[in-house]
Formats: sequence, structure tokens, C-alpha cells
Amino acid sequence: MTIIADTSLDLARRIRARSLRMVHEARASHIGACLSIADLLAVLYSQTLRVDPVNPNRPDRDRFILSKGHAAAVLYAVLAERGFFPARLLRQYCKDGSIFAGHCSHAVPGVEVSTGSLGHGLSIGAGMALAARRDKFATRVFVLTGDGECNEGSIWEAALFAGHHRLDNLVAIVDHNGLQGFGKTEDVLNPSPLAEKWRAFGWCAVEIDGHDHAQIGKVLSEVPAECGKPTAVIAETVKGKGVGFMENQLAWHYRSPDAEQLQLALVEVEGPS
Amino acid sequence: MRTAFVETLCELAERDERIFLLTGDLGFSALEPFAERFPDRYVNAGIAEQNMTGVAAGLAMSGKVVFTYSIANFPTLRCLEQVRNDVCCHRANVKIVAVGCGCTYGSQGYTHHGVEDIGILRTLPAMTVVCPGDPVETRLATRALAQMNGPGYLRLGKAGEPVVHLRPVPFELGKAILVRDGSDVTLISTGGMLAEAVAAADQLAAGGLSARLLSMHTVKPLDKLAVLHAAEQTRAIVTVEEHSVIGGLGSAVAGLLAEAGLPGIRFAMHALPDELRATVGSQAYYRRLIGDLVARVRAVLDADSNIASPTAGEPIGQMQWK
Ligand SMILES: Cc1ncc(C[n+]2csc(CCOP(=O)(O)OP(=O)(O)O)c2C)c(N)n1
Repeated sequence: MTIIADTSLDLARRIRARSLRMVHEARASHIGACLSIADLLAVLYSQTLRVDPVNPNRPDRDRFILSKGHAAAVLYAVLAERGFFPARLLRQYCKDGSIFAGHCSHAVPGVEVSTGSLGHGLSIGAGMALAARRDKFATRVFVLTGDGECNEGSIWEAALFAGHHRLDNLVAIVDHNGLQGFGKTEDVLNPSPLAEKWRAFGWCAVEIDGHDHAQIGKVLSEVPAECGKPTAVIAETVKGKGVGFMENQLAWHYRSPDAEQLQLALVEVEGPS
Repeated sequence: MRTAFVETLCELAERDERIFLLTGDLGFSALEPFAERFPDRYVNAGIAEQNMTGVAAGLAMSGKVVFTYSIANFPTLRCLEQVRNDVCCHRANVKIVAVGCGCTYGSQGYTHHGVEDIGILRTLPAMTVVCPGDPVETRLATRALAQMNGPGYLRLGKAGEPVVHLRPVPFELGKAILVRDGSDVTLISTGGMLAEAVAAADQLAAGGLSARLLSMHTVKPLDKLAVLHAAEQTRAIVTVEEHSVIGGLGSAVAGLLAEAGLPGIRFAMHALPDELRATVGSQAYYRRLIGDLVARVRAVLDADSNIASPTAGEPIGQMQWK
């Protein structure tokens, strides 16, 4: 297992900057969704996940599934930083003939599951968690979903299943940024009280600040939060986090920064060069 | 096509109080005109397509004319059994609208490729499957579907498709539009490939081949007469679609031709190969993979060659299963 010298804060800065460059270059959407989870991914890939780029298929590795597959750019960025493939390949994101699809593709080294149609990841994660238990592996399965994504009935079918089967090696992280595709999450299908819902399905639910690395690191290092129960981490986040003019703006679910906006954003994320 | 659809739906809703629009959390900077003008008949049902489709069926069973709206496979495959059992089985007056079909969202990856939808929806009894070829056909199809009672599927591209029909065209569900007449070969196109088919017919004409071009906007019910006439009056038929070679317009026409048992008719399908790829690309990239339409037409007309390969397009690497 590779030891990472960088702090998760540095890693978060770098993957924010990389995703900004990627979506700019590809004129792609979903930058807000990427920035929302950059801190979660930075902590997961620097502290939490027992994955090894040199031996990426070890059967007892931890699994990570980005169920909100539209934030693929930031996942590809963190995988490159973590050494799964050379970072220069990120320039192929969304290009003709590339494996770096706009939504998570398992053709990319380190990506466990192709996603993009919302509401699929938690069921697959539950299957992996069940297999790991049967095979007596110490594997933990982390599934990151959007809060809008939790509109999908399949999320709740998986939640019922995992609670029933006491899959305490399964962790659902809900990126609770309050926005979804065409409105505020509370205006579309109000999910609150979200943590209570997971509890009612037999999960141990923990609420954290999804941009506070200490809080993220602590909760993820302590799974299962309760023996015999899957863990739901409700991460309070800001869509577009780190770039002032993108924060909490639905338009940045769709827009791609132009050259000028990219420079402004990079100054905010990386500091003046 | 998206703009043409929304504008037409607004016009229709102005006159018909029964029209409802449900969206699966999509339509930013597209559906606002409807949402603002008809707030009581507009619902963002959230990212929950199964529920949205069931609710649409319930509204329809209570006398409403319901349009459901989302992208690619989400309003169809993501909730296929609701479409089959709740909508089709009850002949509920629900029109499913999918934008970004075919390879519109090519670089977004396999989850966003709507390339099996025609084949799948075509197998559902009571379902009318409509794939307009340009914004003009989109307007006409939206009107026709709103007037028709029963399940319908409107398969759209995204935005900015070229207008093919510069003059008014007759439009009837289940009736192909004769875009131009010809005697050597018939191109039968569905959906957004129409502009490519026009360009191919131009090129063929420049090379001395006379191509008839049909826009088969309704894949189900298929305009059998138009196909059979083409089979009698021209030497070959080539179907053109941004869809898998399995199950789409090509399959529909092939089945009809085989059943009719007409002697000597040559036939080829210009469609996406049935395969998974590790790589993605733009819509233009996928259209290049389908191959060169003019070359395919020439091959099928060439008396010495065997039937043109239906699945041509160079495989450039299979999905790497890890
Ligand atoms: C099944 C399905 N329906 C609709 C979409 C289109 N879509 C992509 S992202 C998105 C909004 C997602 O919101 P959320 O889960 O809250 O994630 P966020 O972008 O806010 O991080 C929608 C509706 C989809 N990808 N899959």
C-alpha cells in the first residue's frame, strides 16, 4: 500500500484545480457536483481506502463507488493523483476515442463501477459488501451518492436490504448539498429528516461537515459506526465549494467555465500564481 | 428539437387544459416556459422515473394528457415495467419524451447512450414510437401525439439540429414523408440521421445514382406501404438510424421485407454495431463508427458484391473487463 506524503488538504486543492481544467477543456457539465465532493474524495483516497494502484485487483481491497457518476472528473483526478494512471491522461477526458467518459467508466484504472444513471451504486455496493462478508475479507465498501439521487426508489431498496442483512461493512456517504438537477432538493422532493430515514431503515446515521477533513477522516476511520449496522454518513456540503461564484448555483450543474472564469476559479482554489 | 418540442407543448397546453408535464428533474433552461405558464400542470417529479411514470399513468387514468420528460434512457428503460404495465397495458394517455437520444451525449458514456430504446419500446403493444427527423417534424409529431389517445414515445435529439424540411410537409403518424423521389435505391431514415441521409442522397445524385429518401418518423406503426412500394420501385433499401443494428428501424423493415418475400430486393442497415466499447466520443465520432452511408449504399447496389455488412464500423477496442 502506498503511503501518501501529501495532506488531504493539498490533495483536495489539486483535484479541484484538475477538475476545473478538465471540464473547461472538454466544455463539460457538472463542475459544481465535482467541487462538492472534492474534500470527501481527498480524505477517502489519502487516509481511508485500502486500495493499491500497484495491485488494483486485490480481492480484499476496499471498494469505492461514485454512484453520482456525473462527478467523474474529480474521481479521475484523484485516481491520477493516487497513481492509478499518469495524470497527463486526464487531458483525454470526454475526447474522441478516450476511455475517460463524462460519467464514471470502469475502463479507467481504479474505477470499480460504471455509473451515470442515478440510483444504481448502493445496490452494487451492497452486493460487494455481502460477497466480502461471505469471503471473510476485511473489505469495506464506500458508496457516494447525491442527495437528489436519494429520490430514486432503488436507493431505498438497497438501504432496506443492507439494513436487513446487517451489512456493517457498507458505508453510504450522502453528498447533501441541497441542489439537484432542476431545483433545490427540498423543493423537488423534500428528503428531510434525512438521517432519520436512514436510521428507520436500520442504518447508523452520522451527520458531518463534508468539507471538514478532520470530521470526514474521523467518521470514516471509525466504520462501522455501530456494530451490525451499515453506516450512513450525511455530509453537509456546498455545491461548487471552493469557487465563490459557483457555490450554490444551479447553473454550474450545467455550465462549463470559459477561459476567464477558469482563471478566476483557479486563483480561488490554488491561490494566486 | 428540444426547443421545438417545448414551444409546441406550450401552444397545445394553452388550448387543452388536460395537458400535464412531468419531468424527472431535467429541463434546466428548457422547460421554464411551460413551468411558468402552467404551474398547476407542471411537476418536477424528482430523480424517480419509476414513480414519475406510474403517476403519469394515474393522471392519465383520471382524464389528463400527460407528457413525461427526461433524457436518454431514463424515462424509458429506467422505468420500463411502469411503461409496459401501467401505461401500455392500460392504454393510458401518456407520452414519453426523451431528449438526447442516440449518441447525442456520446462522450458522456454508455449510461447516456440511448441506442436500444426504439427496439425495446417497439416490442410493447399499444406503444406508438416516433423519432422526428428535424425540428419541423418535432413540432408536427408533438401535435399529433397530443391528439392521439394512448401511449406514445417521442424520441428527440438535443438542440440545434438542422431544419431539413424548408417547405411545409404533410404529417401523419404512421405515414412516412417522401423527402425526395428516386429510382435506384431508397434510403429510409429515422430520427436525427435525416440530415445525413439528405447529404448522402445529394452525393449519390452527383455520382449518377437516383436515391429516394423517406423520413420514417414513426417506427411503430411502420408505414408498410411506403416500404413495399420502395421495394418494388427501387433496387435496394438502406435503413438509416442512430440506434443499435438490433431491434430498430432496420429490424422492422427487414421483418416486413422478409415476410413480403419480394424477389431480388437488396437491403442493408446503417446502424450502430451491437457491441460495448471501452472508448467514448462525440456524436460525430459515433456516426463515423457507423460508417460511410454513401459507401454502404454503393456496396449494396453493386451487383457483384454480396449483401453489405450490416454491422460495419471498425471496432477500435472492446470494453476491457477487469
Ligand atoms: C436515473 C437518472 N435520472 C436523471 C439523471 C440526470 N441527472 C444527472 S445529475 C442530476 C442531478 C443530481 O443531483 P444530486 O444527486 O443531488 O447530485 P449533485 O449534482 O447535486 O451533486 C440529474 C437529474 C441521471 N443521471 N440519472
